[in-house]
Amino acid sequence: MRPLTPRRLLLTCGLLAAVLLAVVFFSLKFGTWAISLHDLVVQLFRVTMGHNDQVTSDFRLIVLDIRWPRIVLAMIVGASLSVAGASFQALLRNPLADPYVLGVSSGAALGSILALIWAAQLPGATPFGAFIGAIAATAAVYFLGRRGGELDSYALLLGGIITASFLSALIMFLMTTISGRELRGMAFWLMGDLSTPSPVSAGWLFLVLVLGVGAIYTTAADLNLLLGGEQEAVHLGVDIVRVKLVVYLGASVLTGLAVSVSGAIGYVGLLVPHLIRLMFGSDYRLLIPATALGGAIAVVLADTLARTLVSPTQLPVGAMTAMVGAPVFIFLLRRNMA
Amino acid sequence: MNPVEKPPDRAAVAAAGMPGRTPPAEPPRVSVDLASFSYSPDGGASLFTLEATTFDVRSRELLAILGRNGSGKSTLLRLLAGTLAPLSGRVKLEGLEVSRMDLRTRAQRIAMVQQETPLLFPVRVWTFVMQGRYPYSRGLRFETDDDAAVARQALFEAGADPLRGRWMHKLSGGEKQRVVLARALAQQPLLLLLDEPTLHLDIAAQVDLLRRLRRIASDRGYAVVVVTHELNLAAEFADRIVLLDRGKTLRVGKPAEVYQQALLQQVFGTLLSVEFNARGVPKVTFSGAETD
Repeated sequence: MRPLTPRRLLLTCGLLAAVLLAVVFFSLKFGTWAISLHDLVVQLFRVTMGHNDQVTSDFRLIVLDIRWPRIVLAMIVGASLSVAGASFQALLRNPLADPYVLGVSSGAALGSILALIWAAQLPGATPFGAFIGAIAATAAVYFLGRRGGELDSYALLLGGIITASFLSALIMFLMTTISGRELRGMAFWLMGDLSTPSPVSAGWLFLVLVLGVGAIYTTAADLNLLLGGEQEAVHLGVDIVRVKLVVYLGASVLTGLAVSVSGAIGYVGLLVPHLIRLMFGSDYRLLIPATALGGAIAVVLADTLARTLVSPTQLPVGAMTAMVGAPVFIFLLRRNMA
Repeated sequence: MNPVEKPPDRAAVAAAGMPGRTPPAEPPRVSVDLASFSYSPDGGASLFTLEATTFDVRSRELLAILGRNGSGKSTLLRLLAGTLAPLSGRVKLEGLEVSRMDLRTRAQRIAMVQQETPLLFPVRVWTFVMQGRYPYSRGLRFETDDDAAVARQALFEAGADPLRGRWMHKLSGGEKQRVVLARALAQQPLLLLLDEPTLHLDIAAQVDLLRRLRRIASDRGYAVVVVTHELNLAAEFADRIVLLDRGKTLRVGKPAEVYQQALLQQVFGTLLSVEFNARGVPKVTFSGAETD
């Protein structure tokens, strides 16, 4: 009879973790360089047992040095974007909120490019720049989205679109000052791309992910009440100032993290939380961890498709997510307006 | 701690049977002492002022706040809820100032039923009512079996138990109102506040709701304060009335004392006549065109 029990939380997350494991396994298998299922299992077994000397050099180069790091990045980016999306939806009380749609990703992209231009030599400059950019863009969208002292759903979306296009113009301006060879990489990165290795180690990225998601998760029970309106939440004892601050900073950190690694991958933060809600309900205590796992699954899948669909050429993963995400966004928008 | 409230005390139930009777003598649960408030945007001239008002609300009492739109009813309710701090004077619940209580403590003692409860994503009735247990839980706040028992009892008392498995957004106005009331009851408050709960309800649902509030006040010993436009329902079910006019508290008292033809005509700006039935309950009828 209880809405959510620790048992149900663990079972759901366990199930999603199992799906993630399976998706990662198949992502390791598929690609331009073919490997049979049998070989993959044997080689992976050798790696996990520590018999690295028995692993073939092809396998080491392609699967361990290229595919695996890329999958790790995809998981981190997917989890960050999805949790950021779910958080923005509650914070802004808008079911269509997503870091990309709101222009927060563009803010993070601009922040990271500025960091690259001014402080490329400092370690962690781009993620930090992206974080600052995300915070500034969220604040801008928040104020553009207010009407008569209250957040207006459509003013907010419009504010996001305008912020995104303005920031894109600034990014274009900056990119013209960057030399030609870097330009192609930049353009790819802006579309959302996982093929460039991150300047920061995966361990650090994972730590930031855990801290960001963890901070937001401490407010999960509060977010459930915030969905029913701020006044209502206050009457039920929610400290909304604290909750909004934690979620705002947490979601900006996560967006900044994702964008600094992979550019602006769109619609993940919109699609994944909605799918998870359809499957498991909208309780944020379950939604946040489930969305993190679901986001990891989605981006690993999307990136595997991006690598293999027109192989040997590779698509930017952002193009894949936008092809699926934009129509779904329209569908949700129309349903929301009905 | 027993999660389900103790059975109601028999004398109180007997005393509460008939509307319009004198409430049993109890110490005041809520005391409003010369409390005032003023809205002044950007620190400029004030847009609206609620002048100093004084009254109290006792346990088992149903108090109705009446007045025209913009007379300060909702402001007064927010002062009682503690979400606004009075500019001067005090609003106390069992001796503690409500606007200074910490949020959780306040939510354990004061529950508010608002006019609109907008929901962003679909929620089932059961989950919604369980939210009333939020102020009692900690950490991730997984609800306990005790919480479930309290929520179940609240659903029964609000007459919403058959709706348990339904989706909130698929309920009718009257059904939704009962569920929102159930969530407030699940908070097990000392003071229950309702902001125009009869709005959008048909007459049967209005009477049903006020009858329930009357019973809840008596059975649970809650102090219940209702803001309403329904003069006749208030006369029938409320123990006492606070009559507001443009931020001024004109009268506080039993319905028969407050419902005077000249006074009501002055407040509502229209021709009204007041009659009293055999039980001494006043009844207001509209009796002509608007006055100047």
